[in-house]
Amino acid sequence: MLSRTAASLYWLGRYVERADFVARLIEATLRLDVLSPRSAGEDAWRTALAVSETADAFAAGGHMLSREEVAQFLLADSSHPGSILRCLAMARDNARAVRTALSREAWQAINGAWLIFDQRIGRLDPTAVLGVVDAVKAETRGFEGAVHRMLRNQTTSFIRLGQAVERTDNTARLLDVKYHILLPEGERVGGTVDRDQWTTILQTVSAVTAFRWLYNDGLNPTNVIDLLLSRGELPRSLAASIEETVAALTALARASGTQGEADRMARTRQARVARTRTGDVIAAGLHQHLQALIVENAQLHDAIGRQFKFH
Amino acid sequence: MGTAAFDEIMGASDADGARPELRELCRWLADTPDGELRRRQQSAETTFRQLGITFAVYGESEAGERIIPFDIVPRVFLADEWARLSEGLVQRVEAINAFLVDIYGDQKILHDGVLPADLILGNAQFRPEIAGIRPPHDVWAHICGIDLVRTGPDDFFVLEDNARTPSGVSYMLENREAMVRLCPELFSKFRVAAVDSYPDRLLETMRSVAPRGCGGKPTCVVLTPGHYNSAYYEHSFLADSMGIELVEAADLVVDDDIVYMRTIEGRVRVDVIYRRVDDDYLDPLVFRPDSMLGVPGLIAAYAAGNVAIINAPGNGIADDKAIYSYMPEIVKYYSGGAARLPNVETYRCREPQALKYVLDHLDELVVKLVDGSGGYGMLVGPTASSAEIERFRAALVAEPERYIAQPTLALSTVPTLVEQGVAPRHVDFRPFVLTGAKGVQVVPGGLTRVALREGSLVVNSSQGGGTKDSFVLMDEPRGMTQTMSGAGGTMTQTLGGGQR
Repeated sequence: MLSRTAASLYWLGRYVERADFVARLIEATLRLDVLSPRSAGEDAWRTALAVSETADAFAAGGHMLSREEVAQFLLADSSHPGSILRCLAMARDNARAVRTALSREAWQAINGAWLIFDQRIGRLDPTAVLGVVDAVKAETRGFEGAVHRMLRNQTTSFIRLGQAVERTDNTARLLDVKYHILLPEGERVGGTVDRDQWTTILQTVSAVTAFRWLYNDGLNPTNVIDLLLSRGELPRSLAASIEETVAALTALARASGTQGEADRMARTRQARVARTRTGDVIAAGLHQHLQALIVENAQLHDAIGRQFKFH
Repeated sequence: MGTAAFDEIMGASDADGARPELRELCRWLADTPDGELRRRQQSAETTFRQLGITFAVYGESEAGERIIPFDIVPRVFLADEWARLSEGLVQRVEAINAFLVDIYGDQKILHDGVLPADLILGNAQFRPEIAGIRPPHDVWAHICGIDLVRTGPDDFFVLEDNARTPSGVSYMLENREAMVRLCPELFSKFRVAAVDSYPDRLLETMRSVAPRGCGGKPTCVVLTPGHYNSAYYEHSFLADSMGIELVEAADLVVDDDIVYMRTIEGRVRVDVIYRRVDDDYLDPLVFRPDSMLGVPGLIAAYAAGNVAIINAPGNGIADDKAIYSYMPEIVKYYSGGAARLPNVETYRCREPQALKYVLDHLDELVVKLVDGSGGYGMLVGPTASSAEIERFRAALVAEPERYIAQPTLALSTVPTLVEQGVAPRHVDFRPFVLTGAKGVQVVPGGLTRVALREGSLVVNSSQGGGTKDSFVLMDEPRGMTQTMSGAGGTMTQTLGGGQR
């Protein structure tokens, strides 16, 4: 496979995953803002910005911290590289560059996701935002389904690899968010707002029900952290994403005979994550643990680029 | 204008009703309500947009990605019409190829005084850099798109020979896909020659011209300028349907006169390149040094006989509009007989007498830049404003050698679904002719372009023209026919259908 093709497929996977994640984040934030008995208001939107690490860019754009402006920023701001609009445009760009490697269905899904923004972005009242978010989620789901039906060859492995690397990063950031947001004055740990925030995190990864299945216990931070950190049954957990990264790299090694630094880094990390106990992580500092993971993930990303001669 | 035009379906305008062979098509058209036709047409266009069958319009922003309007009423060739056309096309393309072999070799045609030497040697499309290079198997014009127009039952004229990187074949194939899906009843009424073997035939053509030294199965690729190019969809479509790599210049590297592509497993040798980039951007060491595009060393590898380039660099001289007017002489010179497909009468403005005639009749003529394309830099006299005519008059006087002129023909029409209903619109036609080591073949079909505005003769997609499917009808009775020849004579067996 051409190195350029491989790079585009990998980035395609990353951008689709990122668009999906931001869509989920907006949805969860909106629910937290609108549906919770006591509106968490600005805090919810501040959280959303913190998770996507875009608070500075947002402020620099001269925006007001309000539901409308944050939603617009994350959804459709063409100057913000992390907006869904831009992610999908980049995903489509990469998909176009490797049009020949994709099935018709996969291409149609990504093109369809991009087309949503051609027509749907007008005034963003909450229902309209939800409509667009739902459509984006449906299209990215359609893309994943289409990829799943493609030949299990190097093409799909590179897409999966990009998705898994991106997902690792996203979940780590999401879990780290509780470090960034402080409870409003007068709120206690374990109180309504605190619980709402943890629920939002679960909703973002579609894991509220999963949580109830896996933990026969009320919602408590330790269990939420455990779920997202080390439960391989949850596809978006760090353990599962890291396992998927290793699997994609292994499939590529089998198909192309290319094995190297990236494989070693991914396997080392997988082994370490398997040994990690959630209690120890919390004791030693969750924030530090997650920050190290994010940095390590970026290093893995670079190693992948070197190994497959992306540049 | 256009009142006297021959209609491909209805026949001459003074005749009543359809051409006898196409009565069924007419009945279909009459029996299918406009609303139903429109619904199907919209469904096809929605699919095209979803599939991203688009082209970019130069001069517009990135958002200027358009689909080419698709028309649901097909244009039809009867079997005998097609047989005659094919003969003419084969003759013409064989002559084009012989011309290229000669002009970059011994230049006999110049020595024999058939063409003025300065017309070739002073032409920007003539590439002295590659003179003397012999492409594998002496094939130059592997893929030709010959633009034809028709003015009457037996009057086909060549409007233009595209021997560089003719596009449109993806529309030929996608339009057929759409028709089969949306109007299946037409395919049970008519026996239409299949076009979907085109990618296989193209790949076969590419493999047949692989360099002689190439061992094993040749590695073939399609070379594209990238996904911002207006015809990128077609490039990717072709690579996809042939199952070969679509590469950009940066994916290729030349080492020791051998071309490789960069892959995740290292370098892989490339034997045949179907390039969809212009000569200028092929190799900065030979053509434009200021361009960062292109593959340094590609032409050296080509000269060394290590790679086949399709179409061959330098082909522009064969489809140059200044050369076009000499095509009848060129065909005669190489084939020994008269051209079966005539040219449109053409005035070479470089010749003083012709120039005078053109200047006196500007309001009747179409004037074209010899190096223009896509309907740009062109004057359509009968519909032009007097200001436009005066602008061209000045340009012609200043640089006459840059222009040719042709009479406005009464182009044939085909019924077309427009806002007011089904109405005749002017069409042209681009069939695709493949030349490999084993000979020339014409794919039974092509791209019909239609001018959607009433009376307009401009069919270019960049000027708002649309496309239609082109049916080539086959002679044999409908159904599956098997013919066996043996000692006891010929036995024919027909399965299904058969009424005709």
